[in-house]
Amino acid sequence: MLRGLDGDAGAHRELLGHLATLLRGFYARRMGREAVDLEDLVQETLVAVHTRRMTFRRDQLLTPWVYAMARYKLIDHQRRGRHRVTEPIEAAYDVAEADATEAATAGADLDRLMAALPAKQRDAIRFVKVQGLSVAEAALRSGQSESAIKVGIHRGLKVLMARVRGGSIDAD
Amino acid sequence: MRTEDLIASLSADLKPLARHAVAGRLALGVGMGGALALVLLLFWLGLRPDIAPAAASSMFWMKLAFTFSVALAALVVVERLARPGAGIGRFWWCVAAPVLIVAMMGAAQLSMAPAGARGAMWLGQSAAQCPVRIVALATPVYVGLVWAFRRLAPTRLRLAGFGAGIMAGAVGATVYALYCTEDAAAFLATWYTLGILASGAIGALFGPRQLRW
Repeated sequence: MLRGLDGDAGAHRELLGHLATLLRGFYARRMGREAVDLEDLVQETLVAVHTRRMTFRRDQLLTPWVYAMARYKLIDHQRRGRHRVTEPIEAAYDVAEADATEAATAGADLDRLMAALPAKQRDAIRFVKVQGLSVAEAALRSGQSESAIKVGIHRGLKVLMARVRGGSIDAD
Repeated sequence: MRTEDLIASLSADLKPLARHAVAGRLALGVGMGGALALVLLLFWLGLRPDIAPAAASSMFWMKLAFTFSVALAALVVVERLARPGAGIGRFWWCVAAPVLIVAMMGAAQLSMAPAGARGAMWLGQSAAQCPVRIVALATPVYVGLVWAFRRLAPTRLRLAGFGAGIMAGAVGATVYALYCTEDAAAFLATWYTLGILASGAIGALFGPRQLRW
């Protein structure tokens, strides 16, 4: 760190690489290893460490300083996310990407979209795609057969995609 | 973007940093803001008409010493608020100390004055305008501080906003003292402090929005 502050690019690069590993661990402990935006946060924090490195005092310990930044970034991230999806919803991301809908509104939109589906398809998608259960577990919970779940997901998603492309979320 | 690429691009063009870069950057922001506040004062109110004889009086320098020491103490606090993981705790007392000293001086002056004159002494000629003008003159200084914060890393934004507001208020008050003709310490302790606190409150209000990074 100190050599980086003095302008040693090699040392700085080595430091950032080291911190990337450290930060990945920090965020993984708090958000879960599979969190979609984990790497985004790592990168965002690395940029902050770099651009705001003048706030590091030479007589200070390095990790408390880095972790204080990481904690701030995490809180800021969670605050921003409060109006967004609260669970990792793969289906919502699929829908969002298909229409370039902002992820910010995907969660709420998904609920509205799903309300229009037949109950069996809705259950199938909710259990497998939203809650992340396996097909077998979903079958058990909803009382449908495994193949019915698979077909339900397939047909349900198709309807959802079509509706999102048509841009008519409320047209039931 | 892959994290390795990001790291490579960040370390590509590395410049060495000065040792007291944070305080330097804050001082630069405050300096520019303060210069702007001075220009604002000259066009808006002007200097006090009796500035030359006043400069020989101790009260004129007392006022400047009061506001300047608050500003200096606030710089220490704000510098710590700008760095992740730095505590402040007792440093707030350094900001409050000049206020307490002037308040005690004011109380002593009032107790020695004849009872009928105390109210007039405390309110002076400009009690109502003084805090408002201080807040107005603090505004460019606050903007300068927000600019300085763009390369710094406050983690407690409301507190950092409050500190920046207090500091801006103290610098604004220093500039205002070049116009203000009030001489009572009680006036200073009340109305100057009120202006500085109001500036701090505004800073605390806007801090979380403006200091985010």
